[in-house]
Formats: sequence, C-alpha cells, structure tokens
Amino acid sequence: MFENLLQILGLSGYSLKGFGPLLLQGTWMTVKLSVLSLLLSAMLGLIGAIAKLSGSAVLRVPAQLYTTLIRGVPDLVLMLLIFYSLQTWLTSLTTALGWDYIEIDPFNAGVITLGFIYGAYFTETFRGAIRAVPRGQLEAATGYGLTRIQRFRFVVFPQMMRFALPGIGNTWLVILKATALVSIIGLSDLVKAAQDAGKSTYQLFYFLLLAALVYLLIASVSNYLLRRLEVFYRAGFRESAR
Amino acid sequence: MIELLQEYWQPFLYHDGRHITGLTMTLWLLSASIFFGFIMSIPLSIARVSSTAWVRWPVQFYTYLFRGTPLYIQLLICYTGIYSIAAVREQPVLDAFFRDAMNCTILAFALNTCAYTTEIFAGAIRNMHHGEVEAAKAYGLRGWKLYAYVIMPSALRRSLPYYSNEVILMLHSTTLAFTATVPDILKIARDANSATFLTFQSFGIAAAMYLAITFALVGLFRLAERRWLAFLGPAH
Repeated sequence: MFENLLQILGLSGYSLKGFGPLLLQGTWMTVKLSVLSLLLSAMLGLIGAIAKLSGSAVLRVPAQLYTTLIRGVPDLVLMLLIFYSLQTWLTSLTTALGWDYIEIDPFNAGVITLGFIYGAYFTETFRGAIRAVPRGQLEAATGYGLTRIQRFRFVVFPQMMRFALPGIGNTWLVILKATALVSIIGLSDLVKAAQDAGKSTYQLFYFLLLAALVYLLIASVSNYLLRRLEVFYRAGFRESAR
Repeated sequence: MIELLQEYWQPFLYHDGRHITGLTMTLWLLSASIFFGFIMSIPLSIARVSSTAWVRWPVQFYTYLFRGTPLYIQLLICYTGIYSIAAVREQPVLDAFFRDAMNCTILAFALNTCAYTTEIFAGAIRNMHHGEVEAAKAYGLRGWKLYAYVIMPSALRRSLPYYSNEVILMLHSTTLAFTATVPDILKIARDANSATFLTFQSFGIAAAMYLAITFALVGLFRLAERRWLAFLGPAH
C-alpha cells in the first residue's frame, strides 16, 4: 500500500535528494499518531465530562483532579514523565498480578501519553458542550421513555456536537502540533525525518521548512473539513445574529 | 527523593555554579518572550483589522504561518536551520546573533506568541461595540488618538481573559528551550533523571514547579481582571 502511495505522489527513491520516502514515512507516522491520540483523548474526554457532571463525588473529584493537574503542567513535561514511567508502572503491575511481562512499544506509549494529556482538555470541551444542551430536551427525552444510553446517543450527543466542534477543532490542531514533540522521545515522525534528511545533506533549513509546510497543509485541510462538519451539526439551528 | 532534592534544589531554583538555571531561567524566558510578543502584537493587531488589503494580508499570512506550524519546528528553524545557511554565517552581525542559543530561543518564542496575541487583540478590536467608537469620533478623536485613548485601552482590557490563557500556554511552551541547550527547569530535571535514574521523582519535581507557576499566574491574572475588568461586572 505504501509503495503505491509513493508512486501516485510521484515520489520515487530519488526525489528530494533521496529523502522523499523518508519524509513521507515521517508524515504518515505524524498523521497516524495524531489521529489515534485524537480518538483516545476524545473518548477519555467524554468519560471525563460525564464523570464531572455526575452527581456522585466519587466520580467528580478524580475527574476534577485529572483536568486541573494535567492542564496545569506543560505537555512536554508530562510526556517525558509518563513516557519514561509507563513501562515501569506496567511491569510492576504485571508482576503484582502475576502476569507475564508486557512490553509496550514507543508508538503505543506515545499514543497513550498524548491521549491521556489531551483527554483532560477534551473533558472541559465536552463538559461545557453538554451543559449547553437545554434541560427541556433531556426532560422531553425522558418523557418519551428513552433509556439513559438512548437519551445520550439520540438527543444529547447530536446537539452537543454543535457546541463542542470549535473546541474539538482547536484541540485537534494542538494535538497535531504536539506530535512534533514525540521526536524528542525517540519516535521517527516528520520532524525527525526532516532533521535526519537535513543533517545528511547539510540543508537543514530547507528540510525543516518543508516539514513546516507539511504541517501547515494538514492544518489547512483539517480546518476545511471542520467547517464542513460544523455545517452538518448546525442542521436545524437558525442563526439569529446575522 | 530527599537526596534528589538536597543535591538538585539549587540548579532547580536558580544556579548550577556557572549559569542561571531552572526556575529563574524559565521565568526569564517567559517574560522576555511575552514582553517582545506583546510590544510587536499591538501594531500588528491594528494592521490585522485594517480595511486596506495590503496592510492586512501580510499580517494575516504571518499569523497563519506561525499558528499553523509547531513551535518546535519554528525553534529548530531559528536555532539550527538559519545557522546552517552559509550566507548567515558570513555576516558578522547575523553570525553573532544566531550562534547564541538564548537569542534564537527568545526569537522563536516571541514570534510565536506574537502571532497568537495578535489574533487575540485583533479579535477584541473587531468585537468592540460600535457605539464606543462612534462616541469617540463624536468627541473629535481621529487617527492614532482614537486608537491610543479609546480603542486599544478597551480592547486590551477585554482580551485579558484570553491573553492570560496565552501567557500560560507560553509558560508551557518554554519547556522546549532545553532542545536548544537553554538550561530551564526541564533541562535540570533531565540532568537529574540521567544522573540518578529516579525518573518519576525528577520529572515530578519539574511538573510540581510548573503547576505552581501556573497557579501563581492564574492568581495574578484574576487580580488583574478584578482591577481592569471591574467595569464589566454587575452594576451595584
């Protein structure tokens, strides 16, 4: 599949001074990492938001602690802290439970780390969005006899998304840009590829600029898609302001 | 943990024997980049909302470029990229500037935060109530006086909550400085980690320090909002 993609894009082993495939591989790594982290963090965010809005303090207090601590500490510090400690924690957990040794590869560790960090930001986004859904909608859904899960799936979620989308878009762009940091913890993403290519050709400036342009391209494309999604979730809402 | 603190408290806070390090360095990086970013963003935000296209477009392009790419790449371009160009090394002034890691770091940070700040201030100027500007015009204010006495004071006040967010994000971004060999808090934590292998404790101390600075900044901005946004509060 990868070779086909290279051919379609006209990137043979000789383009970009022979570093075309390496850069493309790096780009693919960056995209994979950011999309998987986005999915994980959105899931954590939904769970966190529901926990934060729940009536029981057992759920609310840990969620509150999670968002405050994670959002107060720089992502790079958390990344180094979690990334380097994850294996140790897992090993002591598996030993305590009497299981076999499980090794997590750097890619999965990166996804878990990024997902865990940005889950805290998503918790706040979703919490605000869920609260913005009018109470009457919930009462009507209950009145129609929907179960809790149906109520969330068919009534709260579709309406919440309109309020959540700007926040989701922002956090997605932050995650995309945060993946540039994984090269510091040793993953070979776009930044690492650009640095390697630049160092061996003595054209670091040129290759770094190229990497920046790739990020800009991904950000622009996702901005366009987000705008389309916003139109989709605005269905049935009449704008009164303009 | 105790030994780690005993051995490393000094570099974590201010000095490692040769250079300024740790907390002092982080705060210095933060204030320098915030200062330059703020100064530059005021004229840029006015240009950003200009009705003349050739004034507005370059600023829009600049913010698009710097907000659409990771700060880490911007720092790498400033620190290693520009210096790899032979023409830069041949110019004595440029050579001296870009050889120093500190200069490159502050340049990259200031340009980055300036792009975000420009958009924040431009948004506040755009959202000003038209009655406020109308009243100022009726009093005969025009040109730079209109901006200096009415528009900017009001816009800057109203953007305070968003600006405080940007300052905290900038504090978090200063952690990148260690990749350009600047000895900030995270650099000391990494040194402590590689010397003692106490990973969780070393980075945990750094995390606690950043958390404390974040809370201090949040508190300071809350005081500032109470002072400068008092007029937006409920009437007595």
